Amino acid sequence: MKKLLGKGLWKITAAAVCAASLIAPAVSRAETIKVGAILAVTGPAAFLGGPEARTLEMLTDEINAKGGIKGNKIQLIVKDSGGSPEKAISFAKQLIEEEKVFAIIGPSTSGETMKIKNIAEEGKTILLSCAAAEVIVNPVAKYVFKTPQKDDYAAQKIFETMKAMGISKIAAVSDNTGFGQAGKAQLAEAAPKFGIQILENEVYDSKATDLSALVAKLKANPNVQAVVNWSIVPAQSIIAKNMRQAGWTVPLFQSHGFGNIKYVEAAGAAAEGIIFPAGRLLIADQLPKNNPQKAVLLKYKKDYEGRFKEDVSTFGGHAYDAFEILSRAIEQAGTDREKVRTAIENMKGFVGTGGVFNFSPQDHNGLNIDSFAMLTVKNGKFVPYTVAAAGQPKKKK
Amino acid sequence: MAPELFVQYLMAGVTYGFIYAIVAIGFNIIYNTTGIINFAQGEFVMLGGMLAISLNGLVPLPVAIALAVAITMLIGALLEITFIRWLDRPSVLRMIIITIGLSILIREVALHVWGESVRALPYFSGNEITTIAVLGARVSPQILWVIGACSLMVGTLSLFFRYTLLGQEMRACAANRMAATLCGINPRNMVTFSFMLSAGIGALAGCVMSPITSTEYSIGTGLAIKGFTVAILGGLGNSMAAVAAGLLLGIIEAFSVSVLPLAFQDAIAITILLIILFVRPHGLFGRKDAAGLKEF
Repeated sequence: MKKLLGKGLWKITAAAVCAASLIAPAVSRAETIKVGAILAVTGPAAFLGGPEARTLEMLTDEINAKGGIKGNKIQLIVKDSGGSPEKAISFAKQLIEEEKVFAIIGPSTSGETMKIKNIAEEGKTILLSCAAAEVIVNPVAKYVFKTPQKDDYAAQKIFETMKAMGISKIAAVSDNTGFGQAGKAQLAEAAPKFGIQILENEVYDSKATDLSALVAKLKANPNVQAVVNWSIVPAQSIIAKNMRQAGWTVPLFQSHGFGNIKYVEAAGAAAEGIIFPAGRLLIADQLPKNNPQKAVLLKYKKDYEGRFKEDVSTFGGHAYDAFEILSRAIEQAGTDREKVRTAIENMKGFVGTGGVFNFSPQDHNGLNIDSFAMLTVKNGKFVPYTVAAAGQPKKKK
Repeated sequence: MAPELFVQYLMAGVTYGFIYAIVAIGFNIIYNTTGIINFAQGEFVMLGGMLAISLNGLVPLPVAIALAVAITMLIGALLEITFIRWLDRPSVLRMIIITIGLSILIREVALHVWGESVRALPYFSGNEITTIAVLGARVSPQILWVIGACSLMVGTLSLFFRYTLLGQEMRACAANRMAATLCGINPRNMVTFSFMLSAGIGALAGCVMSPITSTEYSIGTGLAIKGFTVAILGGLGNSMAAVAAGLLLGIIEAFSVSVLPLAFQDAIAITILLIILFVRPHGLFGRKDAAGLKEF
């Protein structure tokens, strides 16, 4: 339906452009810029793709209502990959070869992004991924960028916090998606630098609905002082519930994938005290006034929550950043794809929801470790986490 | 293995075993009256959970669950009347394709009605962090609700089939359709009843498990695969064998975690399914000669 409407609009615009050029050939031609989006709107990663698609829809409407970017309207084509890499591949080909889109935003997950990284590169189409894994931009591909903070920053941030809490022996669990596996590798790599030992390492299926047997296994090791869970799926809430139900009270750390208040709601009382790194969007209203991101975050939060009547999540923020980066680059460089690519690569000081972006030819992510803050859950809400505020770290002898 | 750990695994296994068994019994009831596998069985479980979650805001929890079960039974009956009842001597393959189609249809409708988000019913007693001690292991009280509700269902069903007229008529239909018709039983009605019954027990299982496993539009498929494995493992059509097979699969899955990485858990169910299909297609508790007489 959306697609049909979009096509209809395009035709009308094209007709209008033709008519305009007949009447007044001197007027500079406005173009419709096609922006493709491959997002996991449904399926197990729908928590990511849903808010991302809605955010893009909102921003496209907003920009077109203002008359587009320098008179160029944006036409958004959203493809629902359902989180499947195979679908992402065929949609990427379709968008590049048939629709000849100007740029692609997405995919939502790292596994999908890695599958289409080369397709975008060969098609010389700008890809702004909303997925987190570091491998997306390392090694750097000329046309591939990403807006979420890198995995290894998240792992480092978690270990920093553990060190401050006096924790040195942990259990690491992850799901079997691209995100979970990348996280597992990052944790294993970063742990020795912080003097942290991973005693237990387990992988579970991303569709798991109960992890009590896994929790029983981890709990049987008396040396485990904390658990890190790395997944994007609802299993994040399940592991929290299963741990507390088993009467196990060690601190639970989650990845930056926990940045959706729905996970907290799903885990209920078991979510209390979960510690995780995330962008500052979730605590926008609690930020100090002088924080450079505060204004951007509050505006996005207000717009999104006002329009869709649901809480904002960091994932929608990744799509927000991708869209804003693209539209800013188009504004600077016009509608030449090569120039826009160069403009993104040299963009400095862009304040987005994920942090302050400073791109360079070597860094296609543009964020540093300070783009993450450590958050925790208190009374069903996200609040900033500080070791001192949480009282004395729990130590097991 | 420490005894508490043993009990902990056992409890996890038994909980899952009962859920698989209920899905398998749903398969069996419909199989007995129609000779087909209803692949939309997992979707009944999802519908029960989802409906109860939606109703829970409006009416008290027990009423919400009762209504959810009733509505799902109605949906089960409507589906049968609309898509299956009027078919004249359909082939097994055709009916199975229809149920696969129905399962996709229900899932898509659920996606549009409830969206992609994961929901859950509140815990029946206590909340997410309530734990109780069972023989040294600590579990959620909801696990006892699941085990209790499922064993009650199994008991009631076996009494229903043995002692009520309707239950006996359904069994008569399963045993010999022609003879049952000659005795004045309308086999088409029995098929509708079997869909209602399957939908009802699936929905109730969906409600009691929802606080533990959460409910989303797509949970049905996974449950259907596990339930199918259990139904085959026990021997198609035999509900009491399904309970034994369900518990067996649940417990094997739970204990496998202690020796194998958790990621292999689902592979175990599929491996068992394949082995059974190759070695004992009539199931652990089924009889070969009896299975040979059936069309499918």
